[in-house]
Amino acid sequence: MSVLAQCDSKETFVLNLGPQHPATHGVLRVKLTMDGEYIRQAEPVLGYIHRMHEKMGENRTWAQFMPNTGRLDYLSALSYNHGYVLAVERAAAIEVPERAEYIRVITVELNRISSHLVWFGAFILDLGGFTPLLYAFDDREIILDLLQAVTGSRLTYCYFRFGGVYNDIEPDFITGTLAFIKRLRARMPMYHNLVTKNIILVKRLKDIGFVPAEMCRKYGATGPVLRGAGVAYDVRRAEPYSVYPELDFDIPTHPEGDSMARYLVRMDEIEQSMRIIEQACTKLPNGPVMAEKAPKIIKPAKGDYYAAVEAARGSFGVRLVSDGTNTPYRLKLRSPSYSNLSLFGEASRGMLLPDALALMGSLDLVIPEIDR
Amino acid sequence: MNPPSEPIRLLAFLIGLIIFAALNAAYLVWLERKVAGHVQRRIGPKEVGPFGLLQPLVDGIKLMTKQILVPDHIDPILFRIAPPLLLIPAVMSFVTIPFSETLVARDINLGLLMIFAFASINVLGILLGGWGSNNKYAVIAAARGVSQNVAYEIPMLITVITMVMITHTLNLNEIVRQQAGGIFNWYIFRWSANPLMLVSFLIFFTCSMAETNRAPFDLGEAESELVAGYHTEYSGMGFGLFFMGEYANIVIGCSLATLLFLGGWQCPFGLWPGVHWFLIKLYLLIFTVILIRWTFPRTTIYGLLNLSWKILIPFALFNLILTGAMLKIWPLIFP
Amino acid sequence: MSGYFAEIFSGTKSLAIGMGITFKYMLKPVVTVQYPYETLKMPERYRGHIELVKDPETGEAKCIVCGMCQRACPSGCITVAGDKREGEKKKVLGKYVLNFTTCSLCGSCVESCKSGAIKFSKEYNLASTRKEDYILDLLQRLKEQR
Repeated sequence: MSVLAQCDSKETFVLNLGPQHPATHGVLRVKLTMDGEYIRQAEPVLGYIHRMHEKMGENRTWAQFMPNTGRLDYLSALSYNHGYVLAVERAAAIEVPERAEYIRVITVELNRISSHLVWFGAFILDLGGFTPLLYAFDDREIILDLLQAVTGSRLTYCYFRFGGVYNDIEPDFITGTLAFIKRLRARMPMYHNLVTKNIILVKRLKDIGFVPAEMCRKYGATGPVLRGAGVAYDVRRAEPYSVYPELDFDIPTHPEGDSMARYLVRMDEIEQSMRIIEQACTKLPNGPVMAEKAPKIIKPAKGDYYAAVEAARGSFGVRLVSDGTNTPYRLKLRSPSYSNLSLFGEASRGMLLPDALALMGSLDLVIPEIDR
Repeated sequence: MNPPSEPIRLLAFLIGLIIFAALNAAYLVWLERKVAGHVQRRIGPKEVGPFGLLQPLVDGIKLMTKQILVPDHIDPILFRIAPPLLLIPAVMSFVTIPFSETLVARDINLGLLMIFAFASINVLGILLGGWGSNNKYAVIAAARGVSQNVAYEIPMLITVITMVMITHTLNLNEIVRQQAGGIFNWYIFRWSANPLMLVSFLIFFTCSMAETNRAPFDLGEAESELVAGYHTEYSGMGFGLFFMGEYANIVIGCSLATLLFLGGWQCPFGLWPGVHWFLIKLYLLIFTVILIRWTFPRTTIYGLLNLSWKILIPFALFNLILTGAMLKIWPLIFP
Repeated sequence: MSGYFAEIFSGTKSLAIGMGITFKYMLKPVVTVQYPYETLKMPERYRGHIELVKDPETGEAKCIVCGMCQRACPSGCITVAGDKREGEKKKVLGKYVLNFTTCSLCGSCVESCKSGAIKFSKEYNLASTRKEDYILDLLQRLKEQR
């Protein structure tokens, strides 16, 4: 705020950042009221990629909405699959076999790593470094190949089904996954040496872009943004689902609340996801991957249901209202990036443009998920 | 055969230098893309010609045949004058650069001064281009570019003054001649003149990168913040001239570093001095510049100013004083 | 004051390490696949657009025209029609059109098919500038395969 006090000139101008701008990663528009290079006011303008997913849900059967969930957040589609499947399974009281749960956890965590790798690359790209993006994509490519062999698609997965998963994994997948984790473990020090310890990056991220825990609470920010403010909130632990209670992993937090803290939280989460996958691979039981009693046509009893999962960007919630027919009466998606973006206006006040863009990058926004 | 008369010689040199600058701009882009490609573990240009060697040619034709879009509400004179203003001083600076002892267009005594005189013009190109395009991003970029250039000219010139104090001349050819006889006579390793010569070199190199708006100091065209910075509104050859000017400036900066610190056309072992040594050193430096671009993220404007005012200028000043003291004290100890 | 020099030193060192890494990677072989010249083999479960499966006995499509896939499709991109022919008990497939422009490759159709009459193709070179190229007549394609 002290910066704002210094520049009390009346000469401001409006800068339209987006809808097409290299730093907004999609069609987000931010209306910036600038005083020189200082931001006096930032107002995100949404709706450029609104596709009415929630309304579409009301006009389709429960199962037909599945492919839509993969299109919300194209970088961690499986988490969104998981959230929706979980909500419907709760509504229709479907038991999921143990093996299917483990497969879900392994694939979701792989997807989380791939999402964080893309974020890592794109974030450094926002800061002007080109090469880490390609290194991250090199690693991510292996994840995509692994997931492609299982799910059949590379980005917008539609793999989970009510009561299990579409098809069983093959032994190759487990060996491939473990080999990949070994490789990524060996590559992590490279990432840290090339990027994390780099003095230019440290200077750009440390003590810049504060998002304190209080602000997160005000706007409902979750995920790495909240954990970067020192609050150890993770849906996987707070409202346990699937087989996460049986797995041993930490919730990485950094109390500083600056852009660096959010960066470090995500880098630590990659490590934790690798731990989860390793454990899940060893614990993976045999058995069916689809509940035998799962009904073909889902008609949940009348009622109001909610399920949340920890997606790569935060807590993704699905609220379903069923009137007992084969289509949802109301389907509400609570997407993490929407809340995370909302705090940008307050957090960026008085910042310099490049710092504000670093802040925006560290929020890890995926625009289709904000607009839905 | 008599040596050709002076005007003919000069004309030949000028044409040669323009071709050199244009070829450098074209093939440094190719080199840049190749290095970037291999750093990122891909191939880079490879489709046009063997190893993509004809790519710059095709790109050049593309740029030249493109329509030059002139947006509304611009300042028509400033908008058109800016690209040449960036390129011409850069090409002019080549005139005094000695590629070898004899291969120099004009061997004038004030060569070093002339280069810096021209170097301070090119910031005008950035300013006018940004100001004239009537684009908010371009104006921000122009303001950044100017403050950056002002901040970095100071440590650079202080370092050059240090060098001039040691060499006693502004003639670039003479400076190179003083570095004859092996690698330890190069000024970068001349401990006796100033034990912190390596620091001087680093300051000079950093400043020349900042002066030429190269990453990590490319704040003037920070593509993830300001779209394309001061040349956002330029298309076709308007953009092409900016591009050529930028690469010509890199060549000038690296040439100066080579001449002042790395012995110019002198051989590291004292054998066969000549133009080849100059070019080898020059392109090694340029390669370093390219590698730096593809390694580091971009600094911010205050990070850049902090670096200049808090680190480079104090060090450069300290170097200046140390050199002055050494010049006086050294003869007293070893008369 | 010592912090000042320590930061300069550690900062310069971090930059040098970074450049060492990129230089080392520059000398390593490339990892990209030169696409039009080299192609990758798609895995078994790759989901391309759907295809009709041939019945090895009759040489005709296995499809029994039940219309399950048409109903399962979330975006209504499958059109199936059958003819009732004289002397045959079952309907015969007369038309199977996939509108690939709206298909999201979710696999609901393949899953819903009880007779295993549709499968995913391994086709991925599908670029075109015309919309009509994506209205795929699968029955025609099956006939052409013969």
